[in-house]
Amino acid sequence: MTGPAAPGGRAASAPLLGSDTEPTVFELSVPGRRAWSLRTTEVPEVPVADLVPVAFRREDQVELAEVSERDLVAHVTRLSHRQFSVDLGAYPLGSCTMKYNPKVCDAVAALEGLAGVHPAAPPSLTQGWLSLLVELERALCELTGMAAATLQPAAGAAGELTGLLLMRAWHQAHGSVRHRVVIPDSAHGTNPASVTLGGYQVTTVPTDERGCVDLDALCRVLDEDVAGIMLTNPNTLGLFEEDITTIARKAHDVGALLYYDGANLNAILGVVRPGDMGFDIVHMNLHKTFATPHGGGGPGAGPVAVAERLAPFLPGPRPVALEPDEEGTARFGWTVPPQSIGRVHGFHGNALVLARALAYLLVNGGDGLRRVAELAVLNANWLRTRLRGTFDAPYDRPCMHEAVLSARTLRDRFGVRALDVAKRLLDEGFHAPTIYFPLIVDEALMIEPTETESLQTLEALAQAFERIVAEAAASGPAEAHAAPHHTPVRRVDEARAARHLVATYDARH
Amino acid sequence: MGTYTPHTDDEIADMLAFLGLDTLDDLFAAIPEAIRLQGRLELADGVGEPDVLAHFTELAEANLARNDRMLCFAGGGAYDHEVPQVTRSLAGRSEFVTSYTPYQPEVAQGVLQAVFEYQTLVSRLSGLPISNASLYDGATSLVEAVNLGVAAAGRNQVWVSSGVHPHWRQVLATTAAGTGHRTTVVPLLDGTTAWPEPDPNDPPGVVAVALPNYLGCLEDLSVARRLCDATGAQLVVAFDPVAVGLLRSPGAWGADVAVAEGQPFGTALGFGGPYLGLFSTTTAHVRRLPGRLVGETVDVDGRRAYVTTLRAREQDIRRDKATSNVCTNQTLMAVTAAIQLSWLGTSGLVEVATRCARGARYARDGLLAIDGVEPYATAPVLREFALRLPVPADLLIERMAEAGFLAGIALGDHYQGGSHAVLVTVTERRTRREIDAYLAAFADAVRP
Repeated sequence: MTGPAAPGGRAASAPLLGSDTEPTVFELSVPGRRAWSLRTTEVPEVPVADLVPVAFRREDQVELAEVSERDLVAHVTRLSHRQFSVDLGAYPLGSCTMKYNPKVCDAVAALEGLAGVHPAAPPSLTQGWLSLLVELERALCELTGMAAATLQPAAGAAGELTGLLLMRAWHQAHGSVRHRVVIPDSAHGTNPASVTLGGYQVTTVPTDERGCVDLDALCRVLDEDVAGIMLTNPNTLGLFEEDITTIARKAHDVGALLYYDGANLNAILGVVRPGDMGFDIVHMNLHKTFATPHGGGGPGAGPVAVAERLAPFLPGPRPVALEPDEEGTARFGWTVPPQSIGRVHGFHGNALVLARALAYLLVNGGDGLRRVAELAVLNANWLRTRLRGTFDAPYDRPCMHEAVLSARTLRDRFGVRALDVAKRLLDEGFHAPTIYFPLIVDEALMIEPTETESLQTLEALAQAFERIVAEAAASGPAEAHAAPHHTPVRRVDEARAARHLVATYDARH
Repeated sequence: MGTYTPHTDDEIADMLAFLGLDTLDDLFAAIPEAIRLQGRLELADGVGEPDVLAHFTELAEANLARNDRMLCFAGGGAYDHEVPQVTRSLAGRSEFVTSYTPYQPEVAQGVLQAVFEYQTLVSRLSGLPISNASLYDGATSLVEAVNLGVAAAGRNQVWVSSGVHPHWRQVLATTAAGTGHRTTVVPLLDGTTAWPEPDPNDPPGVVAVALPNYLGCLEDLSVARRLCDATGAQLVVAFDPVAVGLLRSPGAWGADVAVAEGQPFGTALGFGGPYLGLFSTTTAHVRRLPGRLVGETVDVDGRRAYVTTLRAREQDIRRDKATSNVCTNQTLMAVTAAIQLSWLGTSGLVEVATRCARGARYARDGLLAIDGVEPYATAPVLREFALRLPVPADLLIERMAEAGFLAGIALGDHYQGGSHAVLVTVTERRTRREIDAYLAAFADAVRP
């Protein structure tokens, strides 16, 4: 069914040269070499001894690497050649929404009028930034069906903790002392960790045979000691929680709040909104849904949107639109909500990430964002269906943005586990899917192709999976166990890293 | 509508047919009709990239306090340091920018090795042997340090010097609502912390102090260290990673945990983010470390390799018993810092710190010669300092902006008499001519 076009997302042609170890920058260092170059300032020279009282002065120097600019550039460039990225090829890492990151957003983040603004400058000098933040907040509220939002949280987990502290403040303001937060057993690990930091205990509810929250089990643990329920919808199995309105009603009946983990928001943009499902608090991962680059593990941004009744508790200061001036020009300022839980970031959040997200949002527009969700779900279902005979499908029904499959039969019959499939896939020129998550699926392969991969890339990915399975069937697990073969290093000894901890170059000696 | 999806209409039709579906709407059959969005989002339709870029250029123009048009004398945790094109070019490489957390180490050696180098550099700055792969910002590092300290000491009474950045203290207060830590803010006396006698029945579990502190003052940390020795508390030091080029390191003062805002190392001011929190501690606390840690190991062929390690501390494995909830961190900024620090090298860090201190000395001498301008405190300062003014600080900042300067940061209600006090910073980027012009404008601006 595919045409003759080559897959754009297969990276197997990448010229990752050689198999030598790249020395650390410390090994490249030669005392006396330097790369730095600073402005000529003509500020009067004062000896260090006169600048720093002796009690505070260090006697030695902080020993850093001493390299030439040329060697530094070569070193870091070689490191970059040892790194897989979305720009190189498909990255079907489930739950991470590794979609293409539009380059125009880089241009936005590089604008000197945005990047060169000090965070403590007063509002009269930062009207552009305030306007930008207000515009983003409104758009995010519209997309989630909520009333107001904070843009401060720096990542999804920071958003979760913010949401839990909002929950705590809300109950406290209503004279209600509660101790537990309910989360499903399929939840991301950040959920229970955030619950603990929020001062609550975790109550876990199981998943039913259809892959959704077990409603009966949920009802059994719901009482007036429950502060809230945290749900991801679609959940981490890639399935929509069809009983969501019932869950919302039951939560609200006992006075609990419903928290939406936005990790999987990409699937439902413009289709259904958390606010309309009955959620009270919603966090978003702008680095997933709104295509801001993940930067090898961060930065992210985790805004939290809330229903009207929770808005007075939001972190402050918040950017707000003020009355226009006499000439009708819009004006913006900061405000602290009356019952604010306080700051959750040193300044205003990961502002340049927020700017990138708004740019992505505006290029796509309301129509484009719905198309994003449609095609993300189309791609995931196509791949799920295409791989039906290749892997087990523990929950064999239409999915949303990602498909959770299992390598259980492959393991049982040929001794090839999900980990081996992941490593062998690297040899095929693709990043691996998420493996062994959700925890409730044996030998889980969690595949999220995202909407930016083409049909040709999906077909190539499917064929790569098929080859791995066929290889195991034909010649046993040896090749898969030894994989990857073509990567800058081969399978890494993770146990040794933990056993003999070497976390700095200096610890090596 | 955006153009980032590759599907042609024919391909969509083929794919739907493969699934046995008629329309894209059919993909969402599992979502109850009653809650589906009726009608359209109240968001404008998508527009071309040039239109969006024009919109942002307009927003950028509306920011008067932009670095290329207004000379920056503001610091307070965010500094206008030199960011050379080398750092911009290398840190902007899309292999670093568009990769995810290194879950597959065999194809993530680039990020992992860069973070390993970063950890080494941060440990050399802090003087403590274990450094993580970064946290969100300095404020988060403080919170995590306090959480670690409370767990290690087994006591949740937290003494925080008011010399610690006021915003960081606010974030700490916010999170304390969840952790239940009891926080006591200890006031400054003439620029340095006036530690009280500990109550033997309720001694602190954590003592947190800043070097230099928010007012730019240098504090003798041996006082705080002795307090910790006497009470068994953990000492958390928030340090300035540039000033440490000249100053004794937190490790040398006996810190148990050292935290810092890493923005000065190659990261744009960016209206406050994304930045990065530096976090270092002693080997004794490695299993309590928050966030990711990269370790060195070998691959099956015995070649040197890197991998995230001691993972059993982390949320995805330990869940509600994890040391922290941090997952996504600020890796790209950590890579940036590693590049910038290697560009600076041993001599460059000293040079930048020295030039900052010289510029601050020159500016401070000039400012104190202005009628009515007084030092806020008499404790020694290095690269940042606070002044009392004869006019409200907000007014000064407003007047100075008209003259083309971001004059500093009003101390505001964080400190006594703060409405008439300003925090001034001078970095290595300020020339004598710029400082002279600043002094002249300042003299005009403080006239009643």
